[in-house]
Amino acid sequence: MTADRWIVTATGLALIAFIVWFFWLKRSTGFRASETTGGYQEAMILVKGGYTPDTIIVRSGRPVRLNFRREETASCSDKVIFADFQKSAELPTGQTVPVELMPKEPGEFGFGCPMGMFRGRLIVE
Amino acid sequence: MTTPEHIELRIGGMTCEHCPSAIEKAIKNVAGVTAVQVNSATKVARIDYDPSRAKIAAILQAIRALGYTVGTATARIPIKNMHCSSCIIRIELALQMTPGIVSARASLGPNAADIEYQPEKVDFDAIRRAIESAGYHVAEPKIDARSEVLDPAEAANEEEYRSLMRKFWFAAAISIPVMALSYPDLIPGLRDWMPMGSDTRRTVWALLGVLSLPVLVWAGSQFFTGMGDALKHRAANMHTLIAIGISAAYVYSVVAVAAPGIFPNMALAEVFWDVTDVVVALVVLGLALEIKAKGRTSQAIKKLIGLQAKTARVIRDGKEIDIPVEEVLVNDLVVVRPGEKIPVDGQVTAGSSAVDESMITGESMPVEKQVGDEVIGGTLNKTGSFRFTATKVGKDTALASIIRMVKDAQGSKAPIQRVVDTVSGYFVPAVMILAVLAAIAWYDFGPEPRVIFATVVLVTTLIIACPCALGLATPTSLTVGIGKGAENGILIRSGDALQAAEKLDAIILDKTGTITKGEPAVTDVVVTQGHDERNVLRLTASLERGSEHPLGEAIVNGAEARNLSLSDAEAFAAIPGHGVSGRVDGHEVLFGNAKLMLDRGISIATLETEWGRLANEGKTPMYVSIDNKAAGLVAVADTVKADSKAAIEVLKGLGIEVVMLTGDNKRTGRAIGREVGIERVLAEVLPDDKAHEVQKLQLEGKSVGMVGDGVNDAPALAQADVGFAIGTGTDVAIEASDVTLIKGSLMGVVTAIEISRATMRNVRQNLVGAFGYNTLGIPVAMGVLYPFIGLLLSPLIAAAAMAFSSVTVVTNANRLRFFQPRRGGP
Repeated sequence: MTADRWIVTATGLALIAFIVWFFWLKRSTGFRASETTGGYQEAMILVKGGYTPDTIIVRSGRPVRLNFRREETASCSDKVIFADFQKSAELPTGQTVPVELMPKEPGEFGFGCPMGMFRGRLIVE
Repeated sequence: MTTPEHIELRIGGMTCEHCPSAIEKAIKNVAGVTAVQVNSATKVARIDYDPSRAKIAAILQAIRALGYTVGTATARIPIKNMHCSSCIIRIELALQMTPGIVSARASLGPNAADIEYQPEKVDFDAIRRAIESAGYHVAEPKIDARSEVLDPAEAANEEEYRSLMRKFWFAAAISIPVMALSYPDLIPGLRDWMPMGSDTRRTVWALLGVLSLPVLVWAGSQFFTGMGDALKHRAANMHTLIAIGISAAYVYSVVAVAAPGIFPNMALAEVFWDVTDVVVALVVLGLALEIKAKGRTSQAIKKLIGLQAKTARVIRDGKEIDIPVEEVLVNDLVVVRPGEKIPVDGQVTAGSSAVDESMITGESMPVEKQVGDEVIGGTLNKTGSFRFTATKVGKDTALASIIRMVKDAQGSKAPIQRVVDTVSGYFVPAVMILAVLAAIAWYDFGPEPRVIFATVVLVTTLIIACPCALGLATPTSLTVGIGKGAENGILIRSGDALQAAEKLDAIILDKTGTITKGEPAVTDVVVTQGHDERNVLRLTASLERGSEHPLGEAIVNGAEARNLSLSDAEAFAAIPGHGVSGRVDGHEVLFGNAKLMLDRGISIATLETEWGRLANEGKTPMYVSIDNKAAGLVAVADTVKADSKAAIEVLKGLGIEVVMLTGDNKRTGRAIGREVGIERVLAEVLPDDKAHEVQKLQLEGKSVGMVGDGVNDAPALAQADVGFAIGTGTDVAIEASDVTLIKGSLMGVVTAIEISRATMRNVRQNLVGAFGYNTLGIPVAMGVLYPFIGLLLSPLIAAAAMAFSSVTVVTNANRLRFFQPRRGGP
């Protein structure tokens, strides 16, 4: 193999390693929902290219209110689905939409858009 | 102390004796309230309070805490030119000072004011005047609470579509000259004018690059913003692939024009501006078409929303007035004329008419409505005028519940989707890795010009991959399928229910009210020699008119259905456990069981065989004697619904075992089973054991559906893999069921199963298509076929394939809109 081939191969493999690390290996730390006087565990989630924050930590047995605010028009994200809770909400652009849940058991529950391009996790302790 | 203020609140749900005092006590406990008087007749609470100490909201809360409703309505009024926080205060003050407005809260976010008001004291005109007095305007000429919910989303979609189409035309217009001039060697005239390596060619190509730049940064802007937003979340999507693909092509071209010297061979200094332009044009067009097609998938729900009436004519203070439907309150008297829409749910109090309920129940025949019958909001009054009392308004109406249920169901996920979700989580980065691997392989081992081949393969692989087709496959079909159900009066609660309904092996039908009408009717009249059937039935019915027994009602109805004119009975007597006696038109008439006849010394020997036959058919025959001689038998039975037999036949034809469940005795159960063609009859099942019977069948390894009414059969419906609740009238939100059949016909079960099968078949086609497309397309784009048949895809072909794969998926889902339920037999 010639030198240029070695360089291209090495660069390519490095790129692949970077893709694996960037998209799969590094996981975000969770955001703990704050408790309000009303007894709700609340968190604000920004919907833009993904969910920010995308990992919410709550305690089981207490109601959770997640306020989604969508600030984009891409059609994939116009709905958020909590499949494990049988809940969904439409997210019109620019409006804050609360989604209320009652996590009864600890565990990790995913949520996302109908097409699965946006994903978030609700970690119940 | 400031001057006390006075308020009158209308209170709903006040039905008991002690209600007024309980409410008075609760209101008095609110600090600042000086006097309260609740009138139980007018259902109005008169309250004196000190406005500096008590807030109306606190009073309302006290009333609501007791479980009563306050006669207020809420509305969101959009307001124009509200920009600052002082605007909010001014608008709120103006609204709060308007009599009849209980609370008002304006906010800049939605640019609207949320107000709570008493509809009998203030109307929208007064609210509009109040807002205008503060110097602002109501944003829409017509205030419609629901348009608030739907329209912004639709308007955004429409805007998105138009913007994408603008980008498409722009990119397409630039693509044509760019494509022609990028391949001058193929076009004879151009080849001579700008030969390879000439300055003319370099200049032209540089100009093409300048021309393509706006395509990349404007028409293709959503790919870069989409990629950027996703990267912040360490995620990748379709935008990522396209953005990398088109910028790789662009950057290579820039290098080729700016520094052709770094390429060992002049032939390598090619430009790929055409790739950038054409890919942007095609993918943007695909996105636009996808938005249009996706809009069509939710047509069913738009139709349902369109059913809601805008105005209602109610009687207030003795006058008929037209008001927006949002202002109708429970217990309002509503007037409906022929050809008008019924605005809310209610009960007819005067008049009669035929009502077309097909839009809600799917039943095409108009339904006769009499005093006491339920009417459903959103249905169409055909022939007569009538008045009805509103029982459910606003979000509580059947139509609103249906819309909510359908929306929730369309937003739910079918279990099959979870597999797809797992795959699509890894999909895009995996494609990126494959593209890099392919480029390395082509560079290291491919034929010359290696640089060009490696670049083309990298770009093609990134562009051909279509995560969107995968992601769209299930949700679009589900949306159309569930909407189709709603159009036919079938509410499927979730994607789980839809998927489960496809695989049912057995269906348990509750007998009473499901297979049968649930109310007895006259089935047979047998007479002895010398008597006439019509006369015997007429005398019996005339006698039974005085009875309150449900069977008596069936006999009277039976006689009326046969157009018999009834007479009055004299000396009517009910003999408990035996029957009834009396005198009709001068005849002594006795009607009851054998014991009654024997006690009176009447011989019934001639009728006993017939009695046995009828009883064996599961009917309830009773003896009639006229002037102390046996005259005949009148048999009453719960009759089978018109289409039950046909529906059961179709279910069997679909390969589903049909089982009947009844609390009745075995004889009655078997008789009905024979009539409708069910072999397996579970009779004498106590109500509490129904769920157990479902479980027993499940233990045979079957996936079991249960059809019953939502109230008595709730545990059995919950136990079943799919619970079908037969709904009646406005009570559609049946909790225990997976599927609600608004029209009480078994044909609905057939339609539900067929819709689920059609939808799941559609989902599978989509998934096979999407997975198949990607698993074939990606390797071909990587060039695996090149060593064998010399095939390498052009990035332009890849872009076209990618753009139309997702459109195909959505179009296929839209095919479900043509699903037709079968009518009647198989």
